Amino acid sequence: MTTTPKLSINHLKVSVEGKPILNGIDLEIKGGEVHAIMGPNGTGKSTLAAALMGHPKYEVTDGQVLLDGQDLLEMEVDERARAGLFLAMQYPSEISGVTNADFLRSAINARRGEGNEVSLMKFIRELDQKMESLEIDQSFSTRYLNEGFSGGEKKRNEILQLMMLKPRIAILDEVDSGLDIDALKIVANGVNQLLSPEMGVMVITHYQRLLNYIEPHYVHVIMQGKIVKSGGPELAKRLEAEGYDWVKEELGIEDETVGQTK
Amino acid sequence: MMKTKEIDVTKLSEKNKEPKWLLEQRLTSLQESKDLPLPKLERTRITNWGFEDFHLDQDKVAHTELNRLPEDIHSFLTHEDNSHIIVQKNMQVVVAKSQGIEEQGVIFTDLNTAILQHEELVKPYLFSTLEGEKNKLFSLHKALWSGGIFLYVPRNRELKIPFQSLFWLKGKNMGMFPHVIVVAEENSRVELIANFVAEQDDRPSVNNAILEAFVGQNAQVRIATVNHMPQSVVDVIYRRAVVERDGKLEWIIGDFSEGRLISDNYTALKGEGGQVNVKAVTMGAGEMKANITSTVDHLARHTTSDILARSVMKNTASSILNSITKIEKGASKSNGQQSGKVLMLNPKARGDANPILLIDENDVIAGHAASVGRVDPMQIYYLMSRGITEEEAEKLIVYGFLGIVLSNIPSQSLKEQLDRIIERKFLQ
Ligand SMILES: Nc1ncnc2c1ncn2[C@@H]1O[C@H](COP(=O)(O)OP(=O)(O)OP(=O)(O)O)[C@@H](O)[C@H]1O
Ligand SMILES: [Mg+2]
Repeated sequence: MTTTPKLSINHLKVSVEGKPILNGIDLEIKGGEVHAIMGPNGTGKSTLAAALMGHPKYEVTDGQVLLDGQDLLEMEVDERARAGLFLAMQYPSEISGVTNADFLRSAINARRGEGNEVSLMKFIRELDQKMESLEIDQSFSTRYLNEGFSGGEKKRNEILQLMMLKPRIAILDEVDSGLDIDALKIVANGVNQLLSPEMGVMVITHYQRLLNYIEPHYVHVIMQGKIVKSGGPELAKRLEAEGYDWVKEELGIEDETVGQTK
Repeated sequence: MMKTKEIDVTKLSEKNKEPKWLLEQRLTSLQESKDLPLPKLERTRITNWGFEDFHLDQDKVAHTELNRLPEDIHSFLTHEDNSHIIVQKNMQVVVAKSQGIEEQGVIFTDLNTAILQHEELVKPYLFSTLEGEKNKLFSLHKALWSGGIFLYVPRNRELKIPFQSLFWLKGKNMGMFPHVIVVAEENSRVELIANFVAEQDDRPSVNNAILEAFVGQNAQVRIATVNHMPQSVVDVIYRRAVVERDGKLEWIIGDFSEGRLISDNYTALKGEGGQVNVKAVTMGAGEMKANITSTVDHLARHTTSDILARSVMKNTASSILNSITKIEKGASKSNGQQSGKVLMLNPKARGDANPILLIDENDVIAGHAASVGRVDPMQIYYLMSRGITEEEAEKLIVYGFLGIVLSNIPSQSLKEQLDRIIERKFLQ
């Protein structure tokens, strides 16, 4: 595919265990664009990411999502990934006995399809190079997938996968949480290496400090399962300086969370 | 089906030109087998498993060439080095070769031949690890054993090339009773591969095998053993070992039979500083039923053991995984670890892990981990989110689960053969 990637989210509504969480999200992300999604805890940011990826617990009750014109919601999770969607997860799973390298090679080959597998030499060369740029120790590739990884190591591993898989649309759910400033710079640098018209990015974060390194073109605020405010990079800076109260006041919102039983 | 008679036993013994004590041992055991009960197994009913429903293949079979073995059978031989091989078909050995070991004092023959040629050497070992244990299955074996292996390594000999043996059960309703003895004297080093197999589409009945290993002072022994019998077979394998002072034993066990399986592994750490590692892996599909026990008995100070058992159950297969670590009074400063885990892939698959620590001494370290679970849907989701199909994701998780054992298989080609067996089970 040589066309610019495009993810169109139209009026997406999602429930978890029968509770409505997302109440109509509209968003379009194109190749070359970085969209930051911000918002207080429990407002539906991860739910949006998980629903797009196809997490089994999240039920889409309304709306439509197109990736490059194809109906994303009709696809299985693995089909979505092979169509070019990637989600760096807030809490990635640990899988014992499966090495990072074996897992990555399976993932790459799954995209390339049978008969077109990546050569082992080429794979190792690329893996080594990406690990080096993320300042990841060589032993990483033979360690079991996320097993016993520290929080920061898990985040780096998500970015390593991103760099190896080169998706068309990347969603990063709080890749900055738990990282010290040096690690944050390395991770951001990894993402920036990939930035091009070939990839669109959705960055979910609470903090401006990540956005200092991965500069967004658009910033959206989610409250009560909806995008309540959108703007440019200056919006994130104001949120950092002043918090969310002014947004709530402006919009007359008292409780910004969603789906919580009080 | 037929019950074994005195005349069968006599015929077997005569054919092998056995000494009188051995014929008498066989006849006594046959008599005992009629009255003795079946072994009592944790949570497994075995009364209808058909341990006595078999025919004995008493016809003389000609020796054959390795390359004339059926592919299903041949694929269990390692391709790396085939210098020392014994292949048994039902009651008799059909391939026996070994090169350049005689001058080193090493013996590698079938057990019948060993008794003819080295009676005084073999006799003290034969059945010595089973003293005090009695049940119908042992007695049947003791009455009917034939073929088998005697591998003897004199002191200070270190052998690099593995000794291979293949026990091939062939033909409708046939039974097989191989008896394997490994003796590694002081400071010696040896590795044996012993596989018990039948062709996929064959319908034999009973494999009742016993393996006895004697690890001398400061000797190092590795035994890799795989069972892969088809659904028609009731497969019984008892593995027994004694480890002397500073001896080291490693068991690598693959229980892949498709029918009913009793796999019982026991090691006595008799001398100070003795060590044993037990790595046991099982995968069952279809209606497979298995009872798998790994026991280590610490009888001396400073002994170390580690049991790693993994079982994957698919379809309606079920397995009971018992791990038993005993530390006897006086075996101070010993360390006994065990971990037994069962992974179930279908709602109707069943599994149980019973961790048992029996500790009679205060000054020891012991630990156990046991779990029975299903594949975590979040793990599947995570793998799928990287483009891996659901089927492939499940396989990765299963291979990861079994990898702790599979990665220790000493031969690359044997490992590939196990991968093929596992692949086939995924299709079932
Ligand atoms: N798997 C789930 N099961 C039950 N409730 C859930 C689940 N996932 C999300 N929710 C609920 O949906 C609401 C939104 O959660 P979500 O994780 O999307 O918030 P968030 O904006 O990502 O928060 P944070 O900033 O803390 O990560 C919360 O009330 C949460 O409890
Ligand atoms: Mg979140």
